[in-house]
Amino acid sequence: MNLRVDSARRYFLGQASGLAIGFCWLPASWSEGAVAAPLPGSLKDNPRLDSWIHVRPDGKVVVLPGKVEFGQGIVTALLQIVADELDIDPARVELVPTTTGLSPNEGVTSGSQSIEYGGTALRYACAEIRGILLNRAATSPEPVAGAVQVRDGRILGASGAGTSYWQLCDTPLLQAPATAKYAPKAASEHRIIGTPVPRIDIPAKVSGEPAYVQDMHPPGMLFARIVRPPAPRAGLLDCDLAGVGKMPGVVAVVRDGSFLAVAAVREEQAIDAWRALRSSAHWQLARDLPADPAAWWLQMKQARSVDTTLGVKEGAANPAVTRISAEFGKSFTAHAPLAPSCALAVLEGETLTIWTHSQGVYPLRKDLSRALGVAPDKVRCIHAEGSGMYGHSGADDVALDAALVARALPGRPVKVQWMREDEFQWEPYGSAMLMRLDAAVDADGNIVDWQHELWSNPHSTRPGEEIGSNLLASWYLEQPRPASPPRNIPQPAGGSDRNAIPLYVFPNQRVVNHLLVDMPVRVSALRTLGAYANVFAIESMMDELAGAAHIDPVQFRLNHLRDPRAKAVIERAAQGAQWQAGRLSAREGGKLLGRGLGFAKYKNLSAYVAVVADVAVDPLAGTVRVTKLSAAADAGLIINPDGLRNQIEGGLVQTTSWTLFESVDFNRDGIRVRSWADYPVLRFADVPQVQVELINRPEEKPLGAGEGALGPGCAAIANAVARALGKRVYQLPLTPERIKQALNADSASRGK
Amino acid sequence: MSIALHINGTTREVDAAADTPLLYVLRNDCGIHSAKFGCGQAQCGACTVLIDGRPTRSCTTPVGTVSGPIQTLESHGADPVLAGLRRAFIAEQAAQCGYCSSGMIVTAKGLLDTVKKPSEAQIRSALNGNLCRCGTHTRIIKAIQRAAQELAA
Repeated sequence: MNLRVDSARRYFLGQASGLAIGFCWLPASWSEGAVAAPLPGSLKDNPRLDSWIHVRPDGKVVVLPGKVEFGQGIVTALLQIVADELDIDPARVELVPTTTGLSPNEGVTSGSQSIEYGGTALRYACAEIRGILLNRAATSPEPVAGAVQVRDGRILGASGAGTSYWQLCDTPLLQAPATAKYAPKAASEHRIIGTPVPRIDIPAKVSGEPAYVQDMHPPGMLFARIVRPPAPRAGLLDCDLAGVGKMPGVVAVVRDGSFLAVAAVREEQAIDAWRALRSSAHWQLARDLPADPAAWWLQMKQARSVDTTLGVKEGAANPAVTRISAEFGKSFTAHAPLAPSCALAVLEGETLTIWTHSQGVYPLRKDLSRALGVAPDKVRCIHAEGSGMYGHSGADDVALDAALVARALPGRPVKVQWMREDEFQWEPYGSAMLMRLDAAVDADGNIVDWQHELWSNPHSTRPGEEIGSNLLASWYLEQPRPASPPRNIPQPAGGSDRNAIPLYVFPNQRVVNHLLVDMPVRVSALRTLGAYANVFAIESMMDELAGAAHIDPVQFRLNHLRDPRAKAVIERAAQGAQWQAGRLSAREGGKLLGRGLGFAKYKNLSAYVAVVADVAVDPLAGTVRVTKLSAAADAGLIINPDGLRNQIEGGLVQTTSWTLFESVDFNRDGIRVRSWADYPVLRFADVPQVQVELINRPEEKPLGAGEGALGPGCAAIANAVARALGKRVYQLPLTPERIKQALNADSASRGK
Repeated sequence: MSIALHINGTTREVDAAADTPLLYVLRNDCGIHSAKFGCGQAQCGACTVLIDGRPTRSCTTPVGTVSGPIQTLESHGADPVLAGLRRAFIAEQAAQCGYCSSGMIVTAKGLLDTVKKPSEAQIRSALNGNLCRCGTHTRIIKAIQRAAQELAA
């Protein structure tokens, strides 16, 4: 193994032969203790203290997080929590990559929940371990007495004499279930939580050290590529297996139904063989995609749907004087990770080990075992970082690809690297959405009625469902596995309807969610799920109504909010941007300037973010330049202010890219995106200035923030563009064609 | 065929077909991990290395055409500009997933070697062909400005 990702991994891999992993110091029994009351965070499902933490006699603290790193800085934040709650130097902490059968099962790392669930579990587990060890120190034959202090794991009594965690802790001590009877530290006691500890993973990444699954290269490893069909649901008729098998370096050509792969000694040989195999293949096309993205938008309202009504309020209100209806749209959008998906797999004996950048190793294992027809304990998934994915990319799919090739080559490690076009063509996109809003204000400018109807495919088709398989290759095997039935994620978090229930307070409201169950275009979780489009629609409507009521957009929102934290972020963002009512548009040097506001509390459960956008529109070219985004965020107790800032800044830049550029094109014959040339994204020249103000609330619980900026950022840009143009663009992305169309349109028409 | 490559001050003989993209030879034969596969089409910049001091896309450069010295991020210990950039990227925490970082740093070195104190516009222009999907662009710009300042001091 020449992989050196971190010291914990070295510890685990160090003594092992081949690729096997030894866990000699771990307790033999893994039975989960039963507990009565629900425990906080992910302790609820993983109550044993030693499923999270091991205190080793050599002075190291081994942490087993169930949440995985993909560039969001989570492992650094978790390390801060552990070091602070245990009163130890962070250098003592070793983090173990999330591994099935070893790490706690925290499901998928998604939804900005890692701090709230994984972080909370570790806070309570560490507080309890500290408490247990202090009790043991006090009751030992030579008790530590007086005003006891813990300094870097040393337990010191009033006399200065004492003991240490390393002396006191033995394996059975932490085999107990957590009780949550030991409170984590109060905010005033934090020394490491709340400080900008530098990310522990960055030095290797900026030094050229191996840090990703793509960098793994065990001895004897083969390189593999997958020949995918030319379009979804195409079936393989024939191909030149024998001819390609004779090409230089080719070790195996694997065919199982319409799944086709090639493995070779050298990477370039695998790619040459992949090209040859692809050009030799004949396929039966399904030709069942919609004619184009616009045709799908038209189809959506007639498509088969499961309908739910939510957030209904019916109350007395003043008569409406102005009613506005509008329909908003969002295209299919791609995760488009910078690194195409990759996995390394090896079959040793009956056990298949897979290194994967999946966001959920346990759910992945579930679907892998179904697709491969083997027991889950014969599959081991170990997390290794990939690039940022922003949701459900091809990471899980490539793990099955690698497993299928490795199964055909027992004992040989096989690395499957998707080509760029594989990722663009086959990743599950963020669903296209339609939102129809209808709302009214009274004579005083108060909203008296609010109706929000939305049409969308599901926003999560990840692995790990009760039945079926959500792994791409499993649908193309000789014995295909049916996909898991589509479902919405229930409120309060929601899926398609995430953030569809407004945080604003209205006397009458109704949200209707039409979940479209047929998915001609494959879709799944993309950062924020439905929240991005719902917040875009809601905040656009708020600006329209504010305009109709002749009230400044900041004031109009404050008038409809009761939550003081929501009001505070809006006020702070407006202040930071030096917002001046009545001065939201201008002309300068032939450019149309505009300024807009967007706000949301992510999922109505997580971080509060408000954003002010400044844009400059070129009316002739129709191009939008976002010049500045000024945000304010409240994520409760801040674990790492710089990490939080990095997430908010990144979200603001990413939403600029989504909002101005990103859309997946297709026709009946297939997806028309193969390279970055077909899917333009934001580049340095167009990146806005960003300014982020954080509101720390040390006495509040920490809130997930990784996805908080995307919806408000988009809405702020859309509102700024509407101010600049004096017309609104109702479809995302805000392309030059749509901008020019809006400028040329009859000012009386609204919506589509 | 056997090809001699001059990588980070050392000469290496590799056995590969002349049309093999340099990227695969670096990663799979020479123990270089910094240059990344992102697109294989010279569209994203993740594979950027310096050849004869110029930022070059290794994913579309046939190994047989390379005769000049190749420099990668791994040589930061022996190169004050790369070392300064590396320090600045850490100081500014200018990464999220970090997959684009090596390409960014190497491209920035190409800039700083020719323009000691680049303006923000020059930095944006030099990096315009390097994609980042996490949105760390503003931190990357700050890191390059910081490195330029510290190297000039």
